[in-house]
Amino acid sequence: MSSIPSSAERSPAAAPEPVLSVRHLRVEFPTRHGTLVALDDVSFAIAPGEVLGVVGESGAGKSMTGNAVIQLLEPPGRIADGEIHLQGRRIDNLAEDDFVPLRGRHIGMIFQDPLTSLNPLFSIGDQLIETLRTHLPLSEKQARERALALLSEVGIPAPETRLDSYPHQFSGGMRQRVVIALALAAEPELIIADEPTTALDVSVQAQILALLKRLCAERGTAVMLVTHDMGVIAETADRVAVMYAGRLIEIGPVNAVIRAPQHPYTEGLMASIPAVEHDLERLYQIEGAMPRLAAIPPGCPFHPRCPHAQARCERERPDLMPAGQGQAACWLHDPDDPLPRRAGSEKARPRRENAHER
Amino acid sequence: MSAEPSLHATVPAARGEVLLEARDLARHFDVSKPWLQRVLERGERLTLKAVDGVSFTIRRGETLALVGESGCGKSTVARLVVGLYGLTGGRLVFDGEEISDLAGRSGKQAAAVRRRFQMIFQDPYASLNPLWRVGTIIGEPLRVFRPEMSATDRRRRVGELLEQVGMSAPDADRYPHEFSGGQRQRISIARALANEPEFMICDEPTSALDVSVQAQILNLMRDLQDEYGLTYLFISHDMAVVKHMADRIAVMYLGRIAEIAPARQLFASPHHPYSTMLLEAVPSLEGAGKERTTIKGEVPNPVHPPSGCAFHPRCPHANERCRREVPLLIAHSDGSEVACHGVEEGRIE
Amino acid sequence: MSRDVQAREAGGVATRPPGRLRTFLASDIVHSWKQQPVVIVATLVTLTLFAGALFAPWIAPQNPFDPGQLQLIDAFTPPLTTSEFSGRFYLLGSDSQGRDVFSAILYGSRISLLVGFAAVLFALVLGTALGLSAGFRGGWRDALIMRIADVQLTFPSILMALLIFGVIRGFLPRSMHAEVAIIVLIVAIGLSDWVQYARAVRGATMVEKNKEYVQAARVIGLPAGKILFQHILPNVLRPVLVIGTIGLALAIIAEATLSFLGVGMPPTQPSLGTLIRVGQDYMFSGEWWILLFPGVALLMLALSVNLLGDWLRDVLNPKLR
Repeated sequence: MSSIPSSAERSPAAAPEPVLSVRHLRVEFPTRHGTLVALDDVSFAIAPGEVLGVVGESGAGKSMTGNAVIQLLEPPGRIADGEIHLQGRRIDNLAEDDFVPLRGRHIGMIFQDPLTSLNPLFSIGDQLIETLRTHLPLSEKQARERALALLSEVGIPAPETRLDSYPHQFSGGMRQRVVIALALAAEPELIIADEPTTALDVSVQAQILALLKRLCAERGTAVMLVTHDMGVIAETADRVAVMYAGRLIEIGPVNAVIRAPQHPYTEGLMASIPAVEHDLERLYQIEGAMPRLAAIPPGCPFHPRCPHAQARCERERPDLMPAGQGQAACWLHDPDDPLPRRAGSEKARPRRENAHER
Repeated sequence: MSAEPSLHATVPAARGEVLLEARDLARHFDVSKPWLQRVLERGERLTLKAVDGVSFTIRRGETLALVGESGCGKSTVARLVVGLYGLTGGRLVFDGEEISDLAGRSGKQAAAVRRRFQMIFQDPYASLNPLWRVGTIIGEPLRVFRPEMSATDRRRRVGELLEQVGMSAPDADRYPHEFSGGQRQRISIARALANEPEFMICDEPTSALDVSVQAQILNLMRDLQDEYGLTYLFISHDMAVVKHMADRIAVMYLGRIAEIAPARQLFASPHHPYSTMLLEAVPSLEGAGKERTTIKGEVPNPVHPPSGCAFHPRCPHANERCRREVPLLIAHSDGSEVACHGVEEGRIE
Repeated sequence: MSRDVQAREAGGVATRPPGRLRTFLASDIVHSWKQQPVVIVATLVTLTLFAGALFAPWIAPQNPFDPGQLQLIDAFTPPLTTSEFSGRFYLLGSDSQGRDVFSAILYGSRISLLVGFAAVLFALVLGTALGLSAGFRGGWRDALIMRIADVQLTFPSILMALLIFGVIRGFLPRSMHAEVAIIVLIVAIGLSDWVQYARAVRGATMVEKNKEYVQAARVIGLPAGKILFQHILPNVLRPVLVIGTIGLALAIIAEATLSFLGVGMPPTQPSLGTLIRVGQDYMFSGEWWILLFPGVALLMLALSVNLLGDWLRDVLNPKLR
């Protein structure tokens, strides 16, 4: 615990080297109908102690980004281009045998369903002790003490009595706490949490997120938090990356992205979330649906649904460019020749379905 | 269980007459192991009281939402109302007619009631028969309730319905797997609308959908309500969605109603400590980066609910009476009904 | 779970494939078929054997079931030989009765296939009906049917078939035995084989009946019978058809085994199993062809049908791949 940078170094500027750096990542799925590009030119970095939220709708590629980092892409998916560096060391080209020791030791994983990460046939204590001893030079006794300390740290009451319990004897929230303990056991530098609270009730969700955030901040662990839930991002993340059709379309500090989204898709997404604070007659709706991987339009992938789209958007694909406090991949923010916003397409403009305009 | 009916002090709203009245609904499930195993292992009979004394009314044209965490019995209530489950106890009155025995009815007698309401389900991937064309799926209620309708008329009607939910008539010839989750939910809604029902029971209709698609479906549901004067029983675990859709909200916890209140009322000043807790747990976009008050504990196993008020182990205000005595729903001066000893005694504001 | 999510994300491709279900399915099956030479060979062998059995009367030089056509004088003619007595050519030789082995194989596989198909159909219909009823109704029906199934599973199926065969024959007058042999065989094999269909259908039914499309049908008050036949049955048939394909090979072998043991088809109407039984008497006396060719025919038939069944299961059940 001592060798890890403290939470004082959390601001990205103070961190000279990011824990995780993903550069121009491209993931392809060769199929017999042609090659599908599932991730296209995705670049981001996570600093020590930072929580990067990766958000997007199903099919946007957010889970796949996490799986590409830990080399768990579903076949025939493969990294076709780009580089992934963990603490300056390139890891995307490692063979499976060389990669295995990284999982758990340097990259911890938390999945949506705690039961996939826990072996139902072994007690919680056995699993924790085994994980600890695989990655760290500890005696059985030391490992047991560490396991107890971890369990009490993640808020399992009376850990000495629960050490010999089996996963099915825990409630959903308690199980996810155990998974967090397992993920943190070997003090990894990076945690990839894929929808960690989606299967939990809302009251338990808050507990788990607070726990994850506190423990990672204390240890200086970087977190890649993959979720579809903007609320979770708002609660937990320092920065947020928004994905659409396999591309990263906006990235920036969480407050800035939520309060003043720069990309029209993010803007629409924010406006379509019903909020407890507002009384709206109608929710803003982005027309249409995200394109399938097999039919991603040329130029900006969002142009067919974008209220500001112009001829240029159909032809040229925008890269991430400075926008607001972050970056957005949209020609509205072209530093040389910004596209004008279309009037009459303000946020939350009530619209009706085509079918009802009779 | 409450032998005494709750006190309905709510004044009849301007909305219209009562369309559905549920009184002391109960549904118990036998969750014990098979007989032989039970005898060998000396296990006991276990009863899950999924719904245990739930009363509410829905007026024509309004939306009543049932919210709560997993295991609170909200989906069971929906299935009791449409007669998918039989009642263990209590009464259901639909538009003046007793329908408590609907689950056991068949033939014309059942059809007369069933044709007046419809249900929309949660999982858009499981709610459409994968082997049927969309047109056949949407036309099914028509074939059942209007057998006299000709195939051509039915086809025309299916086309109209598809257009009404924002799709196109030729989609009738395609299969469900050709559509996205949001489109499938539109197909589900079209099927539900086919027979022009008055009352729709919606069981988590958007919780399997992405937020941008959720917005489309929620808007569509509101448009349809405006257009046809539909009455909704809307089940959800998402407080923000419920706030957007509901006129009144019933908060459920472990098979009982903790509080029923008009939507604005509930969000402005919740009475029951559980309602307060649920509202605090809602992640807020506005308060990005701020820590929300964390709530203690989890929902207990409903097979072994706590004694007295089921919420007492998690409640900061619980006292001896709460541990002993089950609280009844009692009308509050502001139009809400609350089942809490603390509120009744004035201990909780 | 996250792998699931990933699969769905990647599968965003497959959510809306162009065209209809059938063309999509067909093209996938055809594609997988083209990729696997073993499957292609198995298909060709199966088709050849099926065609041979189907068109036996037109292909075979003689009708081995007609004693009038047999030339006793040609007995034990070796393969590829023209008899010096009758002047007939015996492609695969002849047996002790002067029966042409090639013709006997063609007619024999006709019986093997007939029994196989009919037994599978019998088991499939029975098993599906019982499985549907057990899974849909539950309660005591379920308990009763599944306990019977469990008990039956503790006996090897060939023993079961023997038992059933013996019992049925016990009730029939002796004179009828030869006439109804084929029907008795079908019933015996079918009855010994229904359990796996019932189990598969029961499991699938319990999954399907709780799906929301079935609930939607119940909400509109569709009667149970219609729900069962319009909604559930078509959706549980796929695993049944896969088991059926593999079951065909097993039924063919079961028939051969019974006939080999002497309780199946009589020597006057030999199936492949009967031919092998007859042939084994001559194994060590030099007339090897009487045993070998029917044996090879049975092997090729059972193997290729089994390979096709395995392949079909893999194609139709992507999760097993």
